[in-house]
Amino acid sequence: MPLSISLTINGDRHDTLLEDARATLLDVLRERVGLTGTKKGCDRGQCGACTILVDGRRINACLTLAASVDGAAITTIEGLARKGELHPVQAAFIENDGFRCGYCTPGQIMSAVGLIAEGDAGDDPERIREGMSGNICRCAAYPGITQAVLDAQRRLANDERISA
Amino acid sequence: MNRFDYIRPASLEEAIAAGSEPGASYLAGGTNLLDLMKVDVARPDKIVDITRVPGLDRIEMQNDGTIRIGAMVRNADLARHPAFAKACPAVAEALLSGASPQLRNAATVGGNLMQQTRCAYFYDPYSACNRRQKGAGCDARGGDTRNHAVLGWSDNCIAIHPSDFCVPLAALDTVVEIEGPEGARETPLTRFYSLPDDTTPGGVDLAPGEMITALRLPRDAASFASHARYLKLRERTSYAFAIVSAAVMLRMQEGVIAEARIALGGVAARPWRSVIAEERLRDGEPDVDLFASAAEAALQGAEPSGANAFKIELAKRLVIRAIERAAEGTPARMPALPASVFASDTGVSAHV
Repeated sequence: MPLSISLTINGDRHDTLLEDARATLLDVLRERVGLTGTKKGCDRGQCGACTILVDGRRINACLTLAASVDGAAITTIEGLARKGELHPVQAAFIENDGFRCGYCTPGQIMSAVGLIAEGDAGDDPERIREGMSGNICRCAAYPGITQAVLDAQRRLANDERISA
Repeated sequence: MNRFDYIRPASLEEAIAAGSEPGASYLAGGTNLLDLMKVDVARPDKIVDITRVPGLDRIEMQNDGTIRIGAMVRNADLARHPAFAKACPAVAEALLSGASPQLRNAATVGGNLMQQTRCAYFYDPYSACNRRQKGAGCDARGGDTRNHAVLGWSDNCIAIHPSDFCVPLAALDTVVEIEGPEGARETPLTRFYSLPDDTTPGGVDLAPGEMITALRLPRDAASFASHARYLKLRERTSYAFAIVSAAVMLRMQEGVIAEARIALGGVAARPWRSVIAEERLRDGEPDVDLFASAAEAALQGAEPSGANAFKIELAKRLVIRAIERAAEGTPARMPALPASVFASDTGVSAHV
């Protein structure tokens, strides 16, 4: 039985008819909506490459049925930059060498955005490493990733001070 | 993954009617069920998505001290709930030591209780597994048994329950509230899981169509808040299941242990509460010999189910360490590495 779902993805509404309820949110984003920035790594919730935000919370898109998040607001890596300007977390990953091959990077960046929003880590590198432990980097760019998250956190705090 | 019908009921009554049909399975966070479906271990004909059923997502801190947690509360939300984390710090620590931040944002309280064992033979449809198919046999026996049970196992099944969350919950006398086609009922968490015996592989105490609606912690749960720890030994410091874990909670009165609660994880097909270990500590002054005696009691009857005798000694040592840490007092702030035995203030990263 086909299912009709509606998602707000990076601010735009997408109505999608699912022929098959088995479709994961990851597959819908990549194959139906054409947003291939979100990566499929393990497809089992172990690597974090598919991390996206659903209603502002970071989750694994591979372990989420698209039908189950009908009506939700989704943010993917494609939705972070504004008017051609990188999101502070994206900029921090570039400046701090937070990646090598880049395959895990969209998931790392989305996870970092989620971590900073959660507000538990502060500027403690150990808490940041623990908070990023759901994202695996097989190139082992971990020191750069930790630095990038610390740097991004400072940038976002500055942005808040400026806009406040 | 097999094909299935998907329905999203709007009320508990609708959900139970749909979930009572043969082949139906309830879906909450999906972090375990979808994973099992991807490897064809779970093959439901019908998915009953209970994420929109009203009334299941509340955390109620009641005036008399009782704490009621709806089955759809997400693990991360419970761990970060300030009043809950203050009342039950060992439960919050256990939650934050499990899985990854992304999984904790999706996974639910009820789903945590319902998660399946991570026994590799259960997860492999081509291996014999009594838990998956009654009477099929058990390929784990004589296989790779490093992470298998040392307590409460039988020849039918040597798998362990992998939950962190359930370990301190078992120690705190948590009650499971259940709704089903025959109405509402409740059962203590420690009796929610049956152990394997000569004829059955064990499992959860739920009839077809029944679902967990809430967990209830009794009014004295917060009386252990100042001396409560959960410690977990694992192959790596983050994002790994326990080899063994221990929840210890003490109610201290003038330097004496007035009451103790002790439960172990990673050792049996259910969170393993040890009342005899608790009794050893009662009215005692903190002392390492006393702690060792409680640890011996906690592992009473333990036997290796394969190449895992090391877990028995490891669990005893962890119980001693967890009692020591609990006696020192609950940390003022959640440790950077929840449930880790590695101090994070040594300047040396435990993330190696």
